[in-house]
Amino acid sequence: MAVAVGDVVAENTYHLTRDSLVRYAGASGDFNPIHYRDDVAQSVGLDGVLAHGMLTMGLAVQPVVEWLGSRGSITDYQVRFTRPVPVDAASGAVVTVLAKVGAIDDDGVRIDLTVTFDGSTVLGKAQVRVALAEA
Amino acid sequence: MNPELQGRVFPPAPPYLVGREKVREFASAVFSTSPLNFEPEAANAAGYTDVVAPPTFAVVVQELSLAQLLSAPDAGIDFSRVVHGDQRFTYSRPIVAGDELTAQLTVSAVKSLGGHSIVTSDSVITDATGAHVVTATSTLVVRGDE
Repeated sequence: MAVAVGDVVAENTYHLTRDSLVRYAGASGDFNPIHYRDDVAQSVGLDGVLAHGMLTMGLAVQPVVEWLGSRGSITDYQVRFTRPVPVDAASGAVVTVLAKVGAIDDDGVRIDLTVTFDGSTVLGKAQVRVALAEA
Repeated sequence: MNPELQGRVFPPAPPYLVGREKVREFASAVFSTSPLNFEPEAANAAGYTDVVAPPTFAVVVQELSLAQLLSAPDAGIDFSRVVHGDQRFTYSRPIVAGDELTAQLTVSAVKSLGGHSIVTSDSVITDATGAHVVTATSTLVVRGDE
């Protein structure tokens, strides 16, 4: 699996709805009500319900997981939460992920993720380190 | 919050047994379509004993150790003011259904910045043999009075 710095290895678009947030709350055990109750979100100064940061982090790596398959493994994954993702009750939120090769060295490949909602990036320094089985 | 927390090592959190259906539930919730997350046969073919958890599933196990930190009586952390700043996972291997995992948290840094407190913790997650699986590092920002 030859890759070069700058290659786009995967991209995807995810449509989050309030249902997605409830599902993630149950799956992860994170029942902070700012992720499913507008009244609670508004009581702490937000406009409304936000996606769990860990849901955004979790889905953002999926294009890399699916590109990688069983040809290698993820050795490190980090993000900075720079901007929240508000999820409208009716229309939800569309999050796009672009995964590009940022660096190649002896330890493997660094994939840089650009994760965008409403024209702005929502994760900073979103980097996945991958060890390729047949690099 | 209490600056003397820096360097504190908490006792290991209660062990977490990774179930196949929990892995599938979590994988669906993060929009995974990878057969390794859902089909034992696909996971077996790739050399795993059972379905493989998505990378961020480690947060479920990490959370058991973060709960110890957030509820420590002398920590002085008001959970309603906590914002997640950074998150990192460093893996020795993927988590697989059937793993019995234990997280142990160390507070690696406590800083003050503009009225906010910033606490960084490392949760080392090991399997039933004691082997390292993943370290989960969280930076939490505890907002000051506004």
